Amino acid sequence: MSELVLEARNVNKYFHDPVTNQVLKDVNLTIEKGVFATVMGKSGCGKSTLLYILSTMDTEYEGELFIDGVNMRNRTEKELAQVRNEKIGFVFQFHYLLNEFSVIRIVMLPGLKLAKYSEKEVENKAYEKLKLLGIESEAMKKPNQLSGGQKQRVAIARALINDPLIIMGDEPTGNLDKKNSEVVYEIFNELAESYNQSLLIVTHDPEFANRTHRIIEMVDGAITNIVKMK
Amino acid sequence: MKIKLIATVSFSLMLARLKQTTIAAVGVTFGITMFITLLSFMGGLNDLLDGLITKRSPHVRLYNEVQPSEMQPVDILPQYAGYHNFVSSVKPKNELPEIYNSREIMNTLERDPRVSGISPKITAQVFYNIGSIDFAGSINGIDVDAEARLFSFSDYVTTGNYIDLKNTPNSIILGKGVADKMLADIGDLIQVTTSKGERVQLKVVGYFQSGLLDLDKVQSYASITTAQKLLGESDSYITDIQIKVNDLEMAPELAKEYASVFETNAIDIQTANAQFETGSSVRTLISYAVGITLLIVAGFGIYNILNMMIYEKMDSIAILKATGFSGSDVKNIFILIALTIGVLGGLLGLLFGFCFSMIIDQIPFVTAALPTIKTYAINYNPKFYIIAIIFSVVTTYLAGYFPAKKASKLDPVIIIRGK
Ligand SMILES: Nc1ncnc2c1ncn2[C@@H]1O[C@H](COP(=O)(O)OP(=O)(O)OP(=O)(O)O)[C@@H](O)[C@H]1O
Ligand SMILES: [Mg+2]
Repeated sequence: MSELVLEARNVNKYFHDPVTNQVLKDVNLTIEKGVFATVMGKSGCGKSTLLYILSTMDTEYEGELFIDGVNMRNRTEKELAQVRNEKIGFVFQFHYLLNEFSVIRIVMLPGLKLAKYSEKEVENKAYEKLKLLGIESEAMKKPNQLSGGQKQRVAIARALINDPLIIMGDEPTGNLDKKNSEVVYEIFNELAESYNQSLLIVTHDPEFANRTHRIIEMVDGAITNIVKMK
Repeated sequence: MKIKLIATVSFSLMLARLKQTTIAAVGVTFGITMFITLLSFMGGLNDLLDGLITKRSPHVRLYNEVQPSEMQPVDILPQYAGYHNFVSSVKPKNELPEIYNSREIMNTLERDPRVSGISPKITAQVFYNIGSIDFAGSINGIDVDAEARLFSFSDYVTTGNYIDLKNTPNSIILGKGVADKMLADIGDLIQVTTSKGERVQLKVVGYFQSGLLDLDKVQSYASITTAQKLLGESDSYITDIQIKVNDLEMAPELAKEYASVFETNAIDIQTANAQFETGSSVRTLISYAVGITLLIVAGFGIYNILNMMIYEKMDSIAILKATGFSGSDVKNIFILIALTIGVLGGLLGLLFGFCFSMIIDQIPFVTAALPTIKTYAINYNPKFYIIAIIFSVVTTYLAGYFPAKKASKLDPVIIIRGK
């Protein structure tokens, strides 16, 4: 039995605007080290909502969340930011690259914030990650000089810079064409297989999901089925 | 390390909005420049006007006013001591406004360590005669050396040499206005009539220009002995003793003390020139008000640019937070932007303010009323510069604080969902 990276216990989530509406219903979930899991479900079933909670950005929920065995309840905003910085890499559907910075600086920023390594070391690590994603030649460019697929790869490199415990993605291939989606899948798969990286990715693409370790199916805010592939 | 990171992000955001950032900074620069220029100019003007008064006024002046005595004979009689005595139409005694015992008083004052100098004076009412026309005026009999030392007498003698007044017997330095009226040149003899009706001839050795036109139309100067001769009084006759003290603030206190010790009237400079004090402080107040208003306007400029920046950079703020920057990091980023604008703009403002002051200092300002002034006056008080820079930092901090606070509270989930 490998170690637990993330665990959600009886998570419930309500929205009160305009009417009270339960979006997550008693969600229980565990992710172990090295597991590449996907979340699938109809639009509006609560996948994004779940991911925001699991990534500590949303704190208004019932139930318990453990990251690396630590309960995330009653943490200050600063402590949660620290957890996100150190343990979670997030990739969104939209790349969210800061246009003011060069690619290498964008990747470095969370690493500089962590301040575990010197600026020089962080820079070296950032180069490594860019190389891993095959875009080291774009390091000095600004985001608006990159293609969509390249931008998403920069976003993945940024998520990787602090060697996080888990990478979460909310439809990271949603904006990409077939070819680029495939590239992203290959990268994730490689991370899981070769680096024992845990991943939790929301996707609408069955072809993508079918090739991962685990598919978590959601209907109307509840997990209905967990399919283990391997 | 952390400060460096925050600074990097701040500067990148500023560079991305270089134009607006520059405009905001120029706003601060303008405010500070005007603040410094205005205060330095007003300060200079105040000094100039105060100088007109303080340089030439005694700190304490002893004199004897012709006034009815407070005790009437009936009050002194023992049998009426317990009564209310009503005496109407009391008149002053026929006596001259002379200070009695003036020599004794002056000797005592010379030894007083709080006094830096004294100068006796006689005021004599006269008529200047121009042919058959007379016009009223006054002649001040002065101790020429003491007057020059304590009240810069020589500065105001615009034509002729002031020392001739002492060296030439029966000489006079005419007020510029008087001289113009009498068409008197240096070396001419003029004639005055004293209040006792005697006609005296005096030799003109110079012109005097005080800067107060009305004064120069009636007032002239003679040596103290000449004045005593004019009035037909003995050489102990003195109507005023002008005192300069070491500590100006002590003047009112000393005036009270001397009044009771020497049994004369005494007035201090603060009481005599209260209206000038008021003028100075009102001018200073107006300058501060205008300067501070300009800075507050500049503050709103910074507030606007930051709000706009935050609105534009919502996505960046969201992703910074998602990747582990805390609310306070985000707040510091925007406060640093505001402070950079404030400090850079402020420092430039100090420089420009100093330059403008120097330029104004060179502008010729010649007026007949102020013979010693050649250019506009500027007060380069470092206090103005310190206040200005503190104020610019405080306003920009406040202007930055509220937008920064807002940015720190932004919920990344809401922003990301909004996409
Ligand atoms: N701020 C909100 N206030 C009220 N209801 C909300 C809010 N945000 C989301 N919801 C509701 O919560 C439900 C879940 O939304 P969520 O974004 O998690 O869906 P999703 O599974 O990610 O859908 P998609 O596949 O389209 O991204 C939806 O029915 C949505 O209408
Ligand atoms: Mg979603």
